Amino acid sequence: MSTDILRFATAGSVDDGKSTLIGRLLFDSKSIFEDQLDAVERTSRGRGEEQTNLALLTDGLRAEREQGITIDVAYRYFATPRRTFIIADTPGHIQYTRNMVTGASTSDLAIILVDARKGLQEQSRRHAFLTTLLQVPHLVLAVNKMDLVDYSQERFEEIKQEFSAFATKLDVSDLTFIPMSALNGDNVVDRSINMPWYDGPSLLHHLEHVHIASDRNLIDARFPVQYVIRPHRAADPELHDYRGYAGQVAGGVFKRGDEIMHLPSGLTTRVAKILTPDGELDEAFPPMSVTMLLEDEIDISRGDMLCRPNNQPEVSQDIDAMVCWMSESRKLTPRSRLLIKHTTRTAKVMVRDLLYRLDVNTLHRDEDAADLSLNEIGRVSLRSTQPLFADEYKENRLTGGFILIDEGTNATVGAGMIVHAD
Amino acid sequence: MSQANTAPRGRYQLSQLDFLEAEAIFIMREVAAEFERPVLLFSGGKDSIVMLRLAEKAFWPGAIPFPVMHVDTGHNFPEVMEFRDRRVAEAGVELIVASVQEQIDAGKVVEPTGRWASRNRLQTAALLEAIETHRFDAAFGGARRDEEKARAKERVFSFRDEFGQWDPKAQRPELWNVYNTRINMGEHIRVFPLSNWTELDVWGYIAREKLDLPSIYFSHKRQVFERDGILLSDNPFITRGEDEELFEATVRYRTVGDMTCTGAVRSSAVELDEIMAEIAATRITERGQTRADDRSSEAAMEDRKREGYF
Repeated sequence: MSTDILRFATAGSVDDGKSTLIGRLLFDSKSIFEDQLDAVERTSRGRGEEQTNLALLTDGLRAEREQGITIDVAYRYFATPRRTFIIADTPGHIQYTRNMVTGASTSDLAIILVDARKGLQEQSRRHAFLTTLLQVPHLVLAVNKMDLVDYSQERFEEIKQEFSAFATKLDVSDLTFIPMSALNGDNVVDRSINMPWYDGPSLLHHLEHVHIASDRNLIDARFPVQYVIRPHRAADPELHDYRGYAGQVAGGVFKRGDEIMHLPSGLTTRVAKILTPDGELDEAFPPMSVTMLLEDEIDISRGDMLCRPNNQPEVSQDIDAMVCWMSESRKLTPRSRLLIKHTTRTAKVMVRDLLYRLDVNTLHRDEDAADLSLNEIGRVSLRSTQPLFADEYKENRLTGGFILIDEGTNATVGAGMIVHAD
Repeated sequence: MSQANTAPRGRYQLSQLDFLEAEAIFIMREVAAEFERPVLLFSGGKDSIVMLRLAEKAFWPGAIPFPVMHVDTGHNFPEVMEFRDRRVAEAGVELIVASVQEQIDAGKVVEPTGRWASRNRLQTAALLEAIETHRFDAAFGGARRDEEKARAKERVFSFRDEFGQWDPKAQRPELWNVYNTRINMGEHIRVFPLSNWTELDVWGYIAREKLDLPSIYFSHKRQVFERDGILLSDNPFITRGEDEELFEATVRYRTVGDMTCTGAVRSSAVELDEIMAEIAATRITERGQTRADDRSSEAAMEDRKREGYF
């Protein structure tokens, strides 16, 4: 039970074999149960389909089964002796961009599926762009249906080169290409005997071994204060003055005795203790949930940030960010007023400017754009009523990401990634 | 140069149970910080036992800042009711009981009759009325995404309208660990801290934390009869057909719910590690094996959830 967790997203349409791939990973890791398979077989037969349609395993909602498409992100779980996996199964079509963005936001790795016959499609480029926009640290381009191109090395190399050329325009830190046939199981769990020219790992081997421990930011210490624990137990005098600052470490390593700075006050003190109910810790790192006791009494509340005196986030009311707009009913326009939730802090914001709208297929920047509508992405300037403790999203996904909320409907209408704060 | 590069491999990587625990504690603190009247749904089943332990940890050394609530069908296993009262007293939290029997007595819902009668679905009305009466704005549930396919698509913070309904097509996008907790008066959020846990994770955590469980989770002898492949316990609340013969079997329960619709599994497992070995080897989901209520249709859970079920 001492394995770690890898979260990955899969992007692609049913046509690319995404459901077949997920079905195979679940099936081969014995994570599909007999009663689930029975239900899927019954439904497939009822619809007159020849093969058992594994896509039915992942399409959980009535509307999805009726329409035969994936609409919403589905989370799937499987484990091997080496690792536990959480799959965010995301729909590939452009009208579900927000769902892919959602799935990618928590992923360590993304798999983009390409049909070897068709090569790179517009949507493959979009998936790759969204993956890098969300700063998913590891990217796998799975060239699927190799059986339909006679396991041709030439075809694989062609697609690989085309994608590599495109990837230079993106901020990809780790890119792996795997030729496979999800249907036949080539290079999914075991290395394929049909492609002796390929000397890389199978997909599952790669998922089990990719190094993710250093993907989290372990340098810039950030502790957004989430909750203040004050026991108020008169019977226990030791707890009388107890003030514990509870939260989840969002970056860096905090050690007992470290000098730290409180924001927004700018006051400094030291970490007296790092506590959990299971005992005191010498150090805490992301994503641990801990409680900190400080040496000096400072007025600290939820939404504040603890960091290091010589390594602070920008404290600013003005931020520039890439925003993915997620509302069906409302558009983002200059002067829109919204709520922002960033770490544990919520404030009002006004959209000062829409700098450009980005075409997610061509990466073209439209600087004349007047608004963003559902699934559109653009760069915006925001002015907040309160200072935010902001890092660039590419430095830290947890202190660089935020959501936008419509104050009237309470709906989550946008997701933002901080590019710049000043 | 950096700590990341000099750190030994794996030093700053949490194990899967530590990761899941840290996430669940973060979720619970987020609720306590942002809602006025949260409640934790506690049935005495294994998932809610894990939740109660997580709540103790999240606010330690302070007290759990919300009550727990049990939606009692009146058809629960006596062993579980005894456990519930004992565990709640030990945790020092207030227990609210939302009684299905009282709803029936007051004529608010009608008791189903017949061979397949179960009060399971009546829980929804009792739950929603209790949420309204106590003006709860957030309710922690122990549901996991690995349990059932409609649940696989549900958010951690799942919005319910003023009628308690879930609309799967209008779910709020949920990114990173930034949860939208805003609601209007009369609406509430169901919060699922165990969303990313699997059944095996729950057992692993119970073993690691040495959590106490109701005795029926462990192997024992019981009078049962078989219906649709499910072993149901002989009990006063169920109408047994003449063709359904009683026999004694060595069983344990994999899930704990209403006596009328929760099945036992044949098992000789008396220790946690034996149970975990069984679950690791099983080829049937826990709901498929033990819950008659999920078998009515492919979208049974989705339909019940839309109405406001757990």
